[in-house]
Amino acid sequence: MRTIAEPLNTTSSLREFLHGLPGVDEVGVKARATALGTRSIKNESKAWAIDMAIRMVDLTTLEGMDTPGKVRAMCAKALRPDPTDPTVPSVAAVCVYGDMAPVARAVVGDNLHVAAVATAFPSGRASLEVKLQDVRDAVAGGADEIDMVIDRGAFLSGNYGLVNEQIIAVKVACGTAHLKVILETGELRTLDNVRRASWLAMMAGADFIKTSTGKVPVAATPAVTIVMLQAVRDYYALTGSQIGVKPAGGIRTSKDAIKYLVLVKEIAGEAWLTPDLFRFGASTLLNDLLMQRQRMAVGHYSGPDYVTID
Amino acid sequence: MTFEYAPAPESLAIVSIAPSYGLFINGEFVYPTDGTTFKTINPATEEVLAEMSEANQSDVNAAVNAARRSYDRIWSVMSGRDRAKYLFRIARLLQERAREFAVLETLDNGKPIRESRDIDVPLAAAHFFYHAGWADKLDYAGLGPNPQALGVAGQIIPWNFPLLMLAWKIAPALACGNTVVLKPAETTSLTAMLFAEVCQQADLPPGVVNIITGAGDTGRMLVEHDGIDKIAFTGSTEVGKSIGRAIAGTNKRLTLELGGKAANIVFDDAPIDQAVEGIVDGIFFNQGHVCCAGSRLLLQESIAEETIAALKLRLQTLRLGDPLDKNTDIGAINSPEQLNKIHELIKSGDDEGAQRWTAPCDIPDKGWWCAPTVFTNVTQAHRIAREEIFGPVLSVLTFRTPDEAVEKANNTPFGLSAGIWTEKGSRILWMANQLRAGVIWANTFNRFDPTSPFGGFKESGFGREGGIQGLAAYLQAANDSADQARGTS
Repeated sequence: MRTIAEPLNTTSSLREFLHGLPGVDEVGVKARATALGTRSIKNESKAWAIDMAIRMVDLTTLEGMDTPGKVRAMCAKALRPDPTDPTVPSVAAVCVYGDMAPVARAVVGDNLHVAAVATAFPSGRASLEVKLQDVRDAVAGGADEIDMVIDRGAFLSGNYGLVNEQIIAVKVACGTAHLKVILETGELRTLDNVRRASWLAMMAGADFIKTSTGKVPVAATPAVTIVMLQAVRDYYALTGSQIGVKPAGGIRTSKDAIKYLVLVKEIAGEAWLTPDLFRFGASTLLNDLLMQRQRMAVGHYSGPDYVTID
Repeated sequence: MTFEYAPAPESLAIVSIAPSYGLFINGEFVYPTDGTTFKTINPATEEVLAEMSEANQSDVNAAVNAARRSYDRIWSVMSGRDRAKYLFRIARLLQERAREFAVLETLDNGKPIRESRDIDVPLAAAHFFYHAGWADKLDYAGLGPNPQALGVAGQIIPWNFPLLMLAWKIAPALACGNTVVLKPAETTSLTAMLFAEVCQQADLPPGVVNIITGAGDTGRMLVEHDGIDKIAFTGSTEVGKSIGRAIAGTNKRLTLELGGKAANIVFDDAPIDQAVEGIVDGIFFNQGHVCCAGSRLLLQESIAEETIAALKLRLQTLRLGDPLDKNTDIGAINSPEQLNKIHELIKSGDDEGAQRWTAPCDIPDKGWWCAPTVFTNVTQAHRIAREEIFGPVLSVLTFRTPDEAVEKANNTPFGLSAGIWTEKGSRILWMANQLRAGVIWANTFNRFDPTSPFGGFKESGFGREGGIQGLAAYLQAANDSADQARGTS
């Protein structure tokens, strides 16, 4: 069996390990995604999946135009997604820029996680010191989850040591906050790169690996998520520690969300079907989940005006 | 609560099954002259679906005569473009009635609806579309100008892909200008009878397609009939050999697509996760009832342990049960006879010292089922490494070097297909040249396309189906003097 050899902290030792991982055949992964996409989830399974998906949402706003008012409204929605139905669970977390973390924390209190993007999100193009200060500010502002970006330039140029060092440093700066490492798979392009970046992030201390910032054209896809789920499954088999996965960007419908839950169940396993180990980075997805939930309760669609826009 | 999939059964409302079926001769449904019948059974429930007619000698004569008349008077003199029109019609009707065909196929055969819906029926339609395109372009088939049809083709197909095998047989035969008498397998005749309805719906001239149901006796009458110019058979090697003997000394042409014991070869530089999927597709697709199934897994020894572990983990997610459920991966075994044969070979594996592992799954009370089974510590000498099991049973062997992989892969009387898993392109090409198999898949398995020729080496048969090469099985070249002397051109 594969093992992680002694200290993997230089570019050459990381390169040896990461390039020793089995390759990923893209055609095969896509075929698997298509096949699992035909799973038919009905009735009580669908109801369960919708509630689970709601509980897994990191309700997100990451705009230059974000204001305290917008963030407060979103936080209220996150706490109580459907004001007409108290049986609807809260989402997992709200996800905002670091400067908005105090605003979010003030609304959600201890009831929800507050995730803040940091490390010169989304490009990651800043000095390590600036990135770390970004993280410290967010944590000081009340964030208990940090969504960092890796340095894709360093990764693509083969400088794995630098990527590794930065993740380790950010992890230290996080303190007790959970660290989600955004791979930005839309910029890594190949599934081999996705697999290598996943392992690099996990070995450097990520609590979660996350697909995307949502700021580049290609965000989460089933194929990329499959490769990341295989990575956390294999990492668990090797080390005994469970790392979470967060697809983000482009997941807008209940149907899509349920397909992702099928991937989680059939690839990583049932143990990952918890908000502690799987999240959706999304904004519009929540309302579609709520509309589907209402439809299942009353037997027909109520329409978009029966869910709140916040 | 965990994430269990609620039952998601496909509706039966779309199909109507008659209590009894006749034979399709000369464009009409007729009952056989002596009224002998047999039952066709749903292998997932053991319920009788319908009574089928058993064709006797006079029925076979009637079918062959109808095919001959229609060949002489209509089909052989019709332009290729006009023949294409009918084939396109049939292809479109198969697509329009796809759901109906899929449900009926699953009921009669036991295969999961996911496969009949996503593979069998779409591929059957694709074969008609593809060959419709050839009908007016036969001058470019590589057989010289104006190649001629053979005449009346007798076609005998197996029960594993009833509609798809029908399409593989009928589409090229008709495109090339032949008329046919087709006999489906006795356990899976229903989609053939529905196809007969489609022929009527397409206004196909009477007698171009004749479908006679029955068992081995009916098949033998068809093979031995003097009015047949060509036999195309897909099925077991044993029956294939007896057909070869039966027509020896006659002018009948023959193509055989027989058994297999394919090697699926995984090198240590393979994409392991996708190789595991390929192993699953290779042997557990259609319950392993696939002549080209990757039933011998050859693993490079250095990755054997981790690959087997990954495979076992994956097999635990396979869902066995109601074939009509859209989430079912493994359906029912087609007949109790086949199940017995599988059990007998599984027992031989146990007796000969291979190590058996069976995927944990609940077996329904009714019907015929076999849980996915993997044998490790298998050697070339074991029966389960040499004989075709035709069930969801995988034999795992190991190798050390590419040479050894080739040697073991080729060390079988069969030669239908093989799979190669490696990220090294040059090795794929080298291996493909060494392997004696008709179809070689690289980094995939059990992929089919009408444009790609399919057929075997050695005891897996001869002749090709599909692609430009498949046309030769139903045409004679203009300068083929032996055939001209026979006067059939």
